Amino acid sequence: MWGTNAREAHPIFFHHILKGIRNGAKMYAVDPRRSQTAKFADLWLGLNVGSDIALANGVGKYIIDNNLQNDEFIAHSTQGFENYVESIQEWTLERTAEVTGLPEFAIAELAEVYATAESAQLCWTLGITEHHTGAENVMALCNLALLTGHVGKYGSGLVPIRGQNNVQGGGDMGALPNKLTGFQDVANDKLRAKFEAAWDCEIPATPGKHLTLMMEAIAAKELTHLYVIGENPADADADINHVRAALQGLEFLVVQDIFLTRTASYADVVLPASAGWAESDGTVTNSERRVQLGRKALDPPGDAKDDLEIINMIADRMSPGWGNPSPQEMWDELRTVSPMHGGMSYERLEAEGGLQWPCPTEDHPGSLFLHGWLWAEDLEGRDPAPFTINVWRPPMDEVNAEYPLLMTTGRVLDSYNTGVQSDGYNSPIRSGEDLDMAPADAERLGVSTGSRVEVSSRRATIDMTVRVQPDLPTGLCFTTYHFSETTDVNQLTIEAWDKKSGTAEFKATAISVKPKVESRA
Amino acid sequence: MTMIERPVELRSKVSVTIDGESVDVLEGDTILDACNKAGKDTPTVCYGPTVTPVNACRVCVVEVEGSRTLVPSCSRPAEEGMVVTTDSERVDANRKMVLEFLATSSDVSQSEEIMGWLGDYGADLDRYDAETTERMTDDVKVEDDLYIRAYDRCVLCYKCVEACGEDAQWTFAIAMSGRGFNNRISTEFDVTLPDSACVYCGNCVAVCPTNALQFKTEFDLRKMGDWRPEDQSVSRTVCSYCGVGCNLELHVQDNSIVKVTSPDDHSITSGNLCVKGRFGYQYVQNRSS
Repeated sequence: MWGTNAREAHPIFFHHILKGIRNGAKMYAVDPRRSQTAKFADLWLGLNVGSDIALANGVGKYIIDNNLQNDEFIAHSTQGFENYVESIQEWTLERTAEVTGLPEFAIAELAEVYATAESAQLCWTLGITEHHTGAENVMALCNLALLTGHVGKYGSGLVPIRGQNNVQGGGDMGALPNKLTGFQDVANDKLRAKFEAAWDCEIPATPGKHLTLMMEAIAAKELTHLYVIGENPADADADINHVRAALQGLEFLVVQDIFLTRTASYADVVLPASAGWAESDGTVTNSERRVQLGRKALDPPGDAKDDLEIINMIADRMSPGWGNPSPQEMWDELRTVSPMHGGMSYERLEAEGGLQWPCPTEDHPGSLFLHGWLWAEDLEGRDPAPFTINVWRPPMDEVNAEYPLLMTTGRVLDSYNTGVQSDGYNSPIRSGEDLDMAPADAERLGVSTGSRVEVSSRRATIDMTVRVQPDLPTGLCFTTYHFSETTDVNQLTIEAWDKKSGTAEFKATAISVKPKVESRA
Repeated sequence: MTMIERPVELRSKVSVTIDGESVDVLEGDTILDACNKAGKDTPTVCYGPTVTPVNACRVCVVEVEGSRTLVPSCSRPAEEGMVVTTDSERVDANRKMVLEFLATSSDVSQSEEIMGWLGDYGADLDRYDAETTERMTDDVKVEDDLYIRAYDRCVLCYKCVEACGEDAQWTFAIAMSGRGFNNRISTEFDVTLPDSACVYCGNCVAVCPTNALQFKTEFDLRKMGDWRPEDQSVSRTVCSYCGVGCNLELHVQDNSIVKVTSPDDHSITSGNLCVKGRFGYQYVQNRSS
């Protein structure tokens, strides 16, 4: 479990981990915080924020130096091994310990246990991806799987755990700037021609912009009109003051949401939507690529309409429109152009409790795991999987005398993202609004749980309340952005983002904390 | 190199006789599984498909040839050649008495199943002197907006303890405390739920057979006399929060969600949810029309 606090963020997934632990599985937790997840681990590796590539490369070097790699798999299924080995020579146990802040024995133990396990999985979430080196962090973990052969077979694999109920499905459906439905590349002429024939229209061959690039284009006045569906960037994005100014500077903004979020409050037109999961029929796709049916249980309030109906109505204004197809009709059309969904009829999704893609035909059982081809004698005609070279670079926001603490952000059990949904119920265990701080730092600053403090980053200053948290290492603070209306944490976070993934570095913000002198007047 | 697929689970067949009829089940299945397969209606209170049997209630007992005492069917594995009797006078008398004991010490009126079995087995609650029979008489604990604890309805089946502990949640917020008739399910030092280790997953509520643990929505509606199961629809959907894909059963009355459960047989949840999935639905109902 690397950069994931699944115990709080994915509690039912963690039930499965707990079953495994009860059955004798070993679990290692890599996380700067001694999280609720880490408390169930055989060993907690509390590395320095942003030193993941150093640790992964160090683990890789230890595996190779001790001859624990899977030579047969490397020779048959991978390429670029020699260059990889050369690239990690720097990462001796000593050097890795120095950069990660971990004891050498812990790095060696993780490497040995992972490499010698009969089967092993690497699970991660935003602790890996929300860095300016997010994509490289992922690739560094992939190298370890290629080194040991812990990929593409039952019980082993690389497991990014998805944070939203349909973030996988959104990408699968083609809500990505460079992909058509079913991860088919928009730049591929043959694939694009298939869609053009099916949809009777011309599709631009150049990829669009992802969210982070869109924000830059808005700021540069290259993008002037925006249609936002079910997203709240005015609270969710890093360095939020820039994002808010950009959104407010748009010529025309349409927001389709179930609430008047902060983003919607900037809009020229607000389209009230139904809450898809309870007020509409359709499908969502979870972290394990399992497509499942969602069914309407409630009528939406007032004039709120199903997202699909709203889009159909807009299309209708653009003559000739496409009528008002039902979710199932849309799905059946999708199955004709997206091979990986081809076999997933509504009837099967209902009867089989969901199906995992790829599921190309009606008699295909769905796929429990991916990349099994790595173990096929002929690699099913594919190129061997490439090792990658990943260079460790520390977080962008430098900790120095002026900003001596590092603040990282995450989620807590009972809340969710910007709180638009989770603020709706009265949780008796609500937390996350506070700035969690290690005891030694609190003592040095002369503050205790409940103290009001001024928290400054290089971008902004906000007021917060301290909660002393012994599970944090000295020098590290933690908070969430679940409560943006009262504690606007993303004013502090850095705009630096990963050029490969577009993800901002929410995990590392250099801050200074000053006790507030309460007026006694 | 060879592809490594999911191993095929091989369990051998076990043949047992239930009331003279031969039934095949798989190795590891229980006598209760065999009874269910044979179409026998077996009462159970402490048994649940998602929790480890603790043999607390003794309602599901059957006769097994060669066994001196009656056997709890929910926990005893079926063995090859086992001869089981479920419809004997002895089984009926035992089940009747156990049901009488449960119903005279706790308020089981909100359990349709138990109320039904009381009738089926001809339980006679009047043969126990109401004046001298001790009962669970605890006041209802209402400590937050999510669920309540009414221990006058508790039959000490242990299912909540198992769900909170090693069978699902590994939180261990509750356990058995006290001795003899003072046995109660309790938080540590009997602190209130919000002060306890409870994480409000509600997995204890989901397995409670008597409504001793009850969602606050249901508690409030019953108090107002407005709990109408006959007017409720149940639809299955997927939770709106994280990407795990937990299936939810939304129990809806008057276009309002009044309860959230998850199917016991769903491979992701096994009937369990977290606080967001179980209680986090309220936001859809906070919108004015």
